Amino acid sequence: MRKVAIVGAGLTKFVRRALETPKELSFEAAKTALDSCGLSLKDVDCVAHGTAPDAFDGLHQNGEYMVDGCGGWNKPTMRVYVGGGTGVHAIVHGWHHVASGMFDICLVVCEEKMSSAMPHAQGFFLTIFDAITERDLKPNLLWIFALEMNRYMNRYGYTKEDMALVAVNNKKNGLKHPSSQFKDEVTVEDVLNSEIMAYPVSRLDVSPVSDGGGAVVLASESVARRITDKPVWIEGVGWSLDTAYWATRDLYYPRYTDTAARMAYEMAGIREPAKQINIAEPYDPFDYKALHHMEGLQLSPRGKTVELLRDGYFARDGNLPMCPSGGLLGVGNPIAAAGIMKVAELFWQLRGEAGERQVPGNPRLGVAQSWGDLMQVSSVVVVGN
Amino acid sequence: MQEKVKVSGGTGLSEKDARSGKIFYTEDSLDCAFAWDTGVAINRYLVELKNGKIIAKECRQCNRIMLPPRMFCELCFVPSGDWVFVEDTGVINTFSICHVNWDASRIKKGEKPHLPAVIEIDGASEGMGIMHRLGEVDPDQIRIGMKVKAVWKPESERTSSITDIKYFKPL
Repeated sequence: MRKVAIVGAGLTKFVRRALETPKELSFEAAKTALDSCGLSLKDVDCVAHGTAPDAFDGLHQNGEYMVDGCGGWNKPTMRVYVGGGTGVHAIVHGWHHVASGMFDICLVVCEEKMSSAMPHAQGFFLTIFDAITERDLKPNLLWIFALEMNRYMNRYGYTKEDMALVAVNNKKNGLKHPSSQFKDEVTVEDVLNSEIMAYPVSRLDVSPVSDGGGAVVLASESVARRITDKPVWIEGVGWSLDTAYWATRDLYYPRYTDTAARMAYEMAGIREPAKQINIAEPYDPFDYKALHHMEGLQLSPRGKTVELLRDGYFARDGNLPMCPSGGLLGVGNPIAAAGIMKVAELFWQLRGEAGERQVPGNPRLGVAQSWGDLMQVSSVVVVGN
Repeated sequence: MQEKVKVSGGTGLSEKDARSGKIFYTEDSLDCAFAWDTGVAINRYLVELKNGKIIAKECRQCNRIMLPPRMFCELCFVPSGDWVFVEDTGVINTFSICHVNWDASRIKKGEKPHLPAVIEIDGASEGMGIMHRLGEVDPDQIRIGMKVKAVWKPESERTSSITDIKYFKPL
């Protein structure tokens, strides 16, 4: 397999409701990414594309509609879709295109516009539950997160206050991100006093509904070195899909993340991830999820994660900064685009271009992860400079 | 009650904004209908629910008693074996107290919260949980590890659905 580098990245602003269409959001992200590395569409050999549920846009086989916005016209273009895992997975998907030797430059574009679905995008998730044995119970998507969060907290004796610390950390980091849809810091009290949606999940434990787009440009080794002096290498990729009998899994531990992470670390030659990784961007649609994933990513011992969090271990200037971008909680959660945002953050951090968000100490290795489907998939990318 | 706290990050459109013509938009609604086949295993599961019983299926290779029943074991990847009746009691693996309906609308004042739970059913293999609802319980009293029992609809009202069990209540 050939070495693959990230050479450019671009994001739109993440907002509650964008005036742009999904295609226009894709265009803006893709064009920004290409401009960032001085390329134009004619340089692009293939396009790897991702959006999450078709239902958000009300367009079945959404990839067809989106093709012009992501520069895929008359090119080898392929869409991947693993729900919330789509963003990082699209990069794994793009990596295959270049690593295989088939293509030298792959444009990876993800977009999500959640605001069109009325009255609320959440309602469409009813249809991800088993049609016959579960849907009659009228589940809301929040149910499964609340069930998982409760099981996780109960297992280790973590409290709601512990989880709120993650929301506070990530939202604070996000204030420095130019794409963020937030402008206010929150306190632990704000999180604890926010509307209870599905105990133990309160309103500020959850990332917002967002519209936005993100893109990165991948290149083969020789081409990457011509494009930039600072390529960021994809050192490892991993992904895993756990059983759809979700109530049979013990929800306290994300086995799918464990499997995906071990696969990526092995490829990257990483034996002690907690010591070797300098920055982590675990998927954080909910505050507890960031910690849950840190354990699955082998970056924190099971049941000790809150202790490390409280010691400042995961702060921007801590031993292992967690979500220096602000994550989904701090920047926003346009689902597929949010995964791209995480990898873009590592790209900027490893090049020393993260501005106010820059993690000190010249970070060398980072890991990004996204999660989705019926809480069963993880996609992991390890990058290094 | 809940304090109204700031939630920054922009303002969503409400259905009222759309209806009152405050924004320009086009509208469409999808009307899809499906006639799903249940398959043999879930068919029997639903038939037995109507009889007031819960049925599982055994894997001859790993000996798991699998619930809901399935025609193949996804771990061993072999066709499953015998039908096995399990109990209508179990243990709460995890639960939530949910103030939001399936479509993200909030429950009305005075309405009881939804009480979804994962329940590990007695007689099935360890960890074999199903999603259902809890009832006849003060939400504050629910605990992980609590023993519960199914409360069935009267026989005449059962429709071969997972909702033939109204909910599970503490034993």
